[in-house]
Amino acid sequence: MKEISILCPTGHLGFTPLEKASFHAGCELKPDFIIADSGSCDIGPYPLGADSQASPPAWQRHDLEAMLLAARRLGVPMIVGSASDTGTDRGVAQYVSMIEEIAAEHGLSPFRLAAIEAEVKPEALAARLASGLLLAGLDGRADADEALLARTSRAVAVMGAEPIAAALKAGAEVVIAGRASDCALFAAPLLNAGLSPATAYYAGKLMECASFCCEPFMGKESILGRIREDDIRVTALHPGQRCTPASLASHAMYERRDPFREHVVSGYVDMSACRYEQIDERTTRASGARFVAAPEPMVKIEGAGKVGERRLAIVGMRDPYMIANIDKAIAWARARLAERFGAPEEAGWQVFYHLYGRDGVMGPMEPCPPAAPHEIGVVVETLCRDGALAEEICALAARNLFYARLPEVKGTAGAAALMSDEVLTGKPGYEWTLNHVMPVKDPCELFRTRFVTVSGAARRAA
Amino acid sequence: MTDTATTARRRNMPTLRDLASTIRSKNAGVDHITFDIIFKERANFERVRDAHVLSPEVVARLFRIPESRVTDFVVFEPANAIKFTIRRERPSGSPGERDVFGSQQYAPLFEIEVP
Repeated sequence: MKEISILCPTGHLGFTPLEKASFHAGCELKPDFIIADSGSCDIGPYPLGADSQASPPAWQRHDLEAMLLAARRLGVPMIVGSASDTGTDRGVAQYVSMIEEIAAEHGLSPFRLAAIEAEVKPEALAARLASGLLLAGLDGRADADEALLARTSRAVAVMGAEPIAAALKAGAEVVIAGRASDCALFAAPLLNAGLSPATAYYAGKLMECASFCCEPFMGKESILGRIREDDIRVTALHPGQRCTPASLASHAMYERRDPFREHVVSGYVDMSACRYEQIDERTTRASGARFVAAPEPMVKIEGAGKVGERRLAIVGMRDPYMIANIDKAIAWARARLAERFGAPEEAGWQVFYHLYGRDGVMGPMEPCPPAAPHEIGVVVETLCRDGALAEEICALAARNLFYARLPEVKGTAGAAALMSDEVLTGKPGYEWTLNHVMPVKDPCELFRTRFVTVSGAARRAA
Repeated sequence: MTDTATTARRRNMPTLRDLASTIRSKNAGVDHITFDIIFKERANFERVRDAHVLSPEVVARLFRIPESRVTDFVVFEPANAIKFTIRRERPSGSPGERDVFGSQQYAPLFEIEVP
């Protein structure tokens, strides 16, 4: 069987701009496909919930342009998944228009683009639930009920390789996919080439984060994968990086609970018997993955819901007596807030005091908070359905530290330093409501593919 | 430096920071944070593995969480690594959350002594 080669320039397209030198070096090797993922849950629930993006459009365009020009010049397909951070329909539409603009700007000859949408309406999920289907909680979460779906502002289904493989078979030269398993983007063309799901998804798992699977640590540098059945060779393309058995194996366990299993719609890759061998200075070969098919396809659903409007204030403390009694001061401040605005749970507001200098990073998990920090920085975070009320609560939550009544405070002109007596408007607060899986009859059934012929010729003629 | 670390130095006992080449934490999905302790030298990996200085009990005590929140604990031979995962107090990026990527939770592991 023929060897398939894949060039991957970035582990999160657009998040920071890709590095062009190693990408161009990879293009010189004439890969069969150029593939990158563009989304993540790591950025928190806000972008999905608010249908916004975490990456600047200029950087997304930069990366898409580099990939598109190279792919069209080489005459090979390009695949991008989880478009614009979230993989919502907005993200897909945005990337499709960017591709159209880039094609026009460079006068590219016509090519066929497939756009695959992955958004799923909370109401449609509720209807499935009502029809008796289970939306099962992952990672110890309870199964979804109607109330949870009602709290969900927006949701996406996470596609496996099937819709992408189908689009490629139908002649797509550029695939812009909504939310997708990172490894599925790579698996799709490999499955079409006749490789086993074990090899296809495992190759994707190894390659999805580009240069993160090499050493020393560098982001946004390209890597090349050359794949045959049960033989995946990954090469670092930056001259200062190597792909080693240690770097490749440690990437296989990155960002996951279980280093031995990678779940996709149609089953999971079992990596427990994988082997890694150095085959040249910059290349490591991986083999030994197995694939365990699921009894029925299960699609992961991600959803985010709005909690409320968010306001922030910054307050500092230097008085050692105030610092020693910070918990008392906060308790006093909270009591005043409850007096004025009602109990938080009933009145629908929340205040968090983040104490930087004591345990602002780890909170209750901090094993050794300093007994007497020199100073403390407090970020006061306030949530409330109503923005004006959130602002008022946040102002009082901060000023109550300034007015904290503690016996023996010598500084009677103010018990805290207000960085500025100002309430900052944060983005609205969201939470991950859905981290669930749902059975489907067909791995493609939640995803919608449309084909567009993109032509930059009009601009070229003009 | 903490008192325990000072004591360890005095006893000439190395800590995880001395022996591991990578100690990191990172989100594993939206509900968990996973920790990787990776060794360049196979001997260091075996020494830590065989000394049993890391276990779900140790992790729970160190991070002051019930053991039920330590959801996974794996010795990952191919990468010379020990890996464990804890369930977050609330999903990443929720209001009140402190570390949206989960990337700064590993520091307390540095001072674990290894006989």
